[in-house]
Amino acid sequence: MKVLVAVKRVVDANVKIRVKPDQTGVDLSNVKMAINPFDEIAVEEALRLKESNQASEVVVVSIGQANTQEQLRSALAMGADRAIQVQLPADHSDELTSLTVAKLLKAVVDQEQPELVILGKQSIDSDNNQTGQMLAAITNRAQGTFASEIKIDQGVLNVTREIDGGLQEVALNLPAVVTTDLRLNEPRYASLPNIMKAKRKPLDIIEAVSLGINLAPSITTVAVIEPAAREAGIIVPDVATLIEKLSAEQGVI
Amino acid sequence: MAILVCAEYQGQQLNMASLQALSAAKDIKAHTATDLVVLLASSDEALLSAAQSIEGVDQVIGFSGDTSALSLAENLAPTIVSIIKSSDISHLVSAATTQAKNVLPRVAGLMDVAQISEITSVVDQETFVRPIYAGNALATVRSSDQLKVITVRSSAFEAADTQGGSASLSIHSDIVDSGLSSFIGETLVKSDRPELASADVIISGGRGMQNGDNFSLLENVADTLGAAVGASRAAVDAGFVSNDMQVGQTGKIVAPNLYIAVGISGAIQHLAGMKDSKVIVAINKDDEAPIFNVADYGVVADLFDVLPELNQQLSDRN
Repeated sequence: MKVLVAVKRVVDANVKIRVKPDQTGVDLSNVKMAINPFDEIAVEEALRLKESNQASEVVVVSIGQANTQEQLRSALAMGADRAIQVQLPADHSDELTSLTVAKLLKAVVDQEQPELVILGKQSIDSDNNQTGQMLAAITNRAQGTFASEIKIDQGVLNVTREIDGGLQEVALNLPAVVTTDLRLNEPRYASLPNIMKAKRKPLDIIEAVSLGINLAPSITTVAVIEPAAREAGIIVPDVATLIEKLSAEQGVI
Repeated sequence: MAILVCAEYQGQQLNMASLQALSAAKDIKAHTATDLVVLLASSDEALLSAAQSIEGVDQVIGFSGDTSALSLAENLAPTIVSIIKSSDISHLVSAATTQAKNVLPRVAGLMDVAQISEITSVVDQETFVRPIYAGNALATVRSSDQLKVITVRSSAFEAADTQGGSASLSIHSDIVDSGLSSFIGETLVKSDRPELASADVIISGGRGMQNGDNFSLLENVADTLGAAVGASRAAVDAGFVSNDMQVGQTGKIVAPNLYIAVGISGAIQHLAGMKDSKVIVAINKDDEAPIFNVADYGVVADLFDVLPELNQQLSDRN
């Protein structure tokens, strides 16, 4: 079974982002970038399937300009077998919608024919939580979103999903699409020898414009602003004062 | 033209989050003068009748017979698509529950349109505000799609009035079964406490709680206050409590009247889930914890001393 994992280059989760003064977006110059944390979980899950002999090959794909190869090399260093970069034109500056990303990924799915595609449930920059579901829709595959456990049993994929009230279990026909939630696994760190080895692993480039997909977004950003900052309040000396403030001043208890 | 709102229910009750999403739909309606249609994946007469009574709703679409297939996105999404194609729908709206997060992007994909996730306000019928980067930026976005698929961050909207409406009812009998997946079961956490998403008061614990057993200290206070109990990702990752309790960027987004953060340092991912609360209290022994930068009231002390005392004094008041 071939597993395809989609990864996205995003701002590192520990970076405090700054909104550009001209309100056109978020300032990404000289900011540390990383694989989207949920996508790292997706890579890890694919590697575990391979290590338990349930997957034969792990292919990672990312959409972006040349610098997205850094994240693909990171995924290769974790243990993926090969990588595909869907290369955006160097002058492309609009943010792709999740639908466009799903269409570009579908082109890769059509070419690679993986039985399982694993993606992070959400990227921590645009916070959309859409791509996996859209990819499943346009490839007419079953979807196991927000997965906290997956098991393959006789051609059926059992997925435990994190839902609002608890957990849900579904059985999916293969081929299928899975999106990861936090508790699915804890991703490994790449070892130094594996980082060196990753430099020699195959990384193929597909030009996005060669796929005949319209890259222009149907959603445009009008403005990006910083939310109103919350002001720090006061330190109260004891519990009695706290209760007094909450009941008499705020009326919330 | 109509705005189609996918509403959800639990047992015999419409979800509070759906009623809040309905308010967002009404804000859209104010710019478009169109009908407000509620879709409820149920054949239960009492539930459908409750939806008909919601103030401002023009039509309710329900189902007949066994609707269990509609719990799966692979079936509900194409069923919604068939309703959209047979009506003149300009907007598809739902609260950003895990169910809608699962289903609406699949609908959008099938309809070949983009989706706008977790809006916090409506500017006009094609322009919306939504948080990005864990709420550290607010983006105003405009959609040029014919059909706008939208999920709503329900905590940003007041619930629609459940009384005063007299919507018509139509029954959709065509339930698509794609055969792609099947439902095995659910393990729902049972609690007598209010739900996180709609609670007026929430008390949450973080890594400082040290273990899952110590969450009983929070539960005692929660029961005294009639509050819900939440947790930070750190507490969930450490295995103290289950993931459905997680408040944060990728967990639940809440905005109660009172949020009490106990032993929570205040990572940006956690703040993303609670910083719109009306009043925030932080209890932490580290006076430099970033949670104090957003808290209205801070108590710098050992939570294991503060929680029993807090519970005692609150109980004495009652």
